Amino acid sequence: MAGLQYLAYGFAQFFVVKTLLLMLGGVCVGLVIGALPGLSATMGVALFLPVTYWLSPSESLVFLGSLYMAAIYGGSFSAILLRTPGTPSNIGTTFDGYPMAKLGRGWEAILTATFSSLYGGLFGLIMFLVSAPMLARVALKFGPPEYFWLGIFGLTVISSLSRGNTLKGFMGGLIGVLLSTVGVAPVGGNVRFTFNIPELIGGVGLIPALVGLFCIPEVIDMVLNRSKKQLFQEAKVQKGIIWKTFTSVMKKQVDLLRASIIGFIIGVLPGAGGNIANLVAYSEAVRASKHPEKFGTGIPEGVIATEASNNAVVGGGFVPLMTLGVPGTPVDAILYGALLMQGLRPGAELFTRRADVVYTFIAGVIVATFVMVPIGLAFGRAMAKFITKIPLSLLAPTVLFLTMVGSYCVSNNISDVYMMLILGVLGFVLRKLGFEAGPITLGLILGSIIETGLVQGLLIGRKLAQPWLIFLTRPLCWVFIVLSVFFLFWPVIMRKRMVVSGGDQK
Amino acid sequence: MKSRVLVALLALLTVVSLFAEKFPSKPITYVICFAPGGESDITARLQQPYLEKILGVPIVITYKEGGGGAVGWTELVTRAKPDGYTIYGTNLPHTILQPLQGGVGYKTEQINNIYFFQSTPCVLAVSIDSPIKTFQDFVEYARKKGVVTLGGSGQPSANSFATLRLAKLTGLNITYVPFSGSGTAVPALLGGHVDGLMTYTTMAVQYKDKMRVIAVATEERIPLFPDVPTFRELGIDLVEKAYRGVAVPPGTPADVKRVLEEAFRQVNNNPEFVAKMQEMGFVIENYDEAAAAKLVAELIPYYKQLWEETQGK
Repeated sequence: MAGLQYLAYGFAQFFVVKTLLLMLGGVCVGLVIGALPGLSATMGVALFLPVTYWLSPSESLVFLGSLYMAAIYGGSFSAILLRTPGTPSNIGTTFDGYPMAKLGRGWEAILTATFSSLYGGLFGLIMFLVSAPMLARVALKFGPPEYFWLGIFGLTVISSLSRGNTLKGFMGGLIGVLLSTVGVAPVGGNVRFTFNIPELIGGVGLIPALVGLFCIPEVIDMVLNRSKKQLFQEAKVQKGIIWKTFTSVMKKQVDLLRASIIGFIIGVLPGAGGNIANLVAYSEAVRASKHPEKFGTGIPEGVIATEASNNAVVGGGFVPLMTLGVPGTPVDAILYGALLMQGLRPGAELFTRRADVVYTFIAGVIVATFVMVPIGLAFGRAMAKFITKIPLSLLAPTVLFLTMVGSYCVSNNISDVYMMLILGVLGFVLRKLGFEAGPITLGLILGSIIETGLVQGLLIGRKLAQPWLIFLTRPLCWVFIVLSVFFLFWPVIMRKRMVVSGGDQK
Repeated sequence: MKSRVLVALLALLTVVSLFAEKFPSKPITYVICFAPGGESDITARLQQPYLEKILGVPIVITYKEGGGGAVGWTELVTRAKPDGYTIYGTNLPHTILQPLQGGVGYKTEQINNIYFFQSTPCVLAVSIDSPIKTFQDFVEYARKKGVVTLGGSGQPSANSFATLRLAKLTGLNITYVPFSGSGTAVPALLGGHVDGLMTYTTMAVQYKDKMRVIAVATEERIPLFPDVPTFRELGIDLVEKAYRGVAVPPGTPADVKRVLEEAFRQVNNNPEFVAKMQEMGFVIENYDEAAAAKLVAELIPYYKQLWEETQGK
């Protein structure tokens, strides 16, 4: 096992002070970037890429990998405390994390997110080490028709994301899909629905949409209600809560494992990432649960699902990146650039020729995943205290300011800030009408995946008698068709089951 | 006493501002209109240290992606300050084709290119496992199957036009499948979802062990693939490539432009930089402001004609 030998070598690197410091730096930077609404992990890695030019390849990757892992985890803080996903990978964490914070269990929610992130992160990296080359080949079987159906399947997730009113959930999803069609078409490049406003050419960005739809309605609520009592109860600090939460999270092995596997698999597929993984994992947690109605009211299972899955995506995304040289997620695309800049060509021979780099990198991120726990807890504790102690008259403007900075930073573009504010007001109105931000953002994310898959699939299908047959003639497609149909009717099935069981009790 | 300090301060400020007249005296922002990790980004990253050394100020690379570059270029001509401190990466044929297609907030003529420093020729490639070994095999395969699918980056783009031209010149039924970038098209080839790729030399170099290049769209054979024939050698008059350069906002003073132009020229003459670029599959180009304008003027009618030919296809 040459791999083990190299892995040991990789771990040994952490006795080198410089590598250790770089990893600590990466974790700290990542946590802050993740926690700031609008600054995503992708941006964080891109922003700090230039810093790594003076480093050796393995040092550079350890730094960026630690930053990436910590940013995905750090995004849970703002999701829990402000109902604003820090990165697109934390959307689902708002569903139960924020209600927990409202009930005075914010610290417990942060602890739950921390241990789930640790679990998911390690799971993904270990799976990478065990199964990378094999899975890379499977990932390639995913072509445009499969992505089309994956997108459709993703939409069925809405049925469990929309509490109470499934129809309104799907309408929300449709609004998201419509928003995704604004701007330049992903395939073909024609310009649509821009109403001759040049600012709309780039379409509706996911980050401005996230910040606008989730955060702004919350700020408006803060101001309208004028009472933080309704927003947060003083976070109760019980003795021994860290250990208690740790054991109760670790007891939920099935939930942790399910979420981690979902995150890992979605990470392996090129083009999909944490933004989809956390929502699918959440929805699967709802479906598998014996008490699905409790989701959304503030239960730890909801936080476990999203936070374990999004950190498992990290290891999953490394699979196609390192073995095929094909980036699995947007962050991996930047890491790909980082590798090239260092004169390393991602691909199978990277493992044989520069095994020292690959294994130091993976070992580094494993160590970073552990290290982010104590740092993250200190950081999360401070943030929770700050938010509960700070008077409302300061909190609302501070949050508003952060959302504006965050949206501006996406591409230093003031029009993103306007977009965010407009969507924010729209989101507030929609929420009053019963449309949740979750399904809308899911529609926005999946809209372009579905469109791309559909158009590319039809073009590839020209080899068949009827181009659309390509969507029905491939085995992997059928897996998603069956899953989609089943989950689409899931609410109906559930209701029947509940009626039946209710009848039994009588 | 106080007034004397004030006078001294004022004098100091005047001296400082006199020095500030010299361009550049503060960091320059280099905007890439695509996602990080692509060809434009990699080039900018390689240029960065050399530019910093020559100009003596930090070069800050930022990204303004969206609309295949259109978002950034619209900003370049409408909002960016013409003081030389914000410069934008530009691409051909993108800045010619996008205004032709319409809906973007800039015109080709508004893009003030001050240097084109590299290009990437189009290449026709198949998977290494493909039964297609030569261009003749490709033609036979296309005839036998009736349709052949080629993936590539974007539409309209150098890749899409090269594909359409190839179809027209050979009479083969070729379907072009656009992907969001040259990188995202690769898994579609490796997974067997498309028969081949019309891609750039950079990709062919990066995936040397996974792709077989069967023809290159250059005037002459390229040193990276000495055994691969050009389309011209095969009797097909197909030369197509993407150029990458840098532009300043309209109205930028001439002396500022000269400084930047000279800096990019010097980078392009650095043997170390040139070696790194060529190793990655880039072709070094040297078009200064005047030559760049001439190149664009020459290419406009060519692409206009291609555009009209391909409309409705």
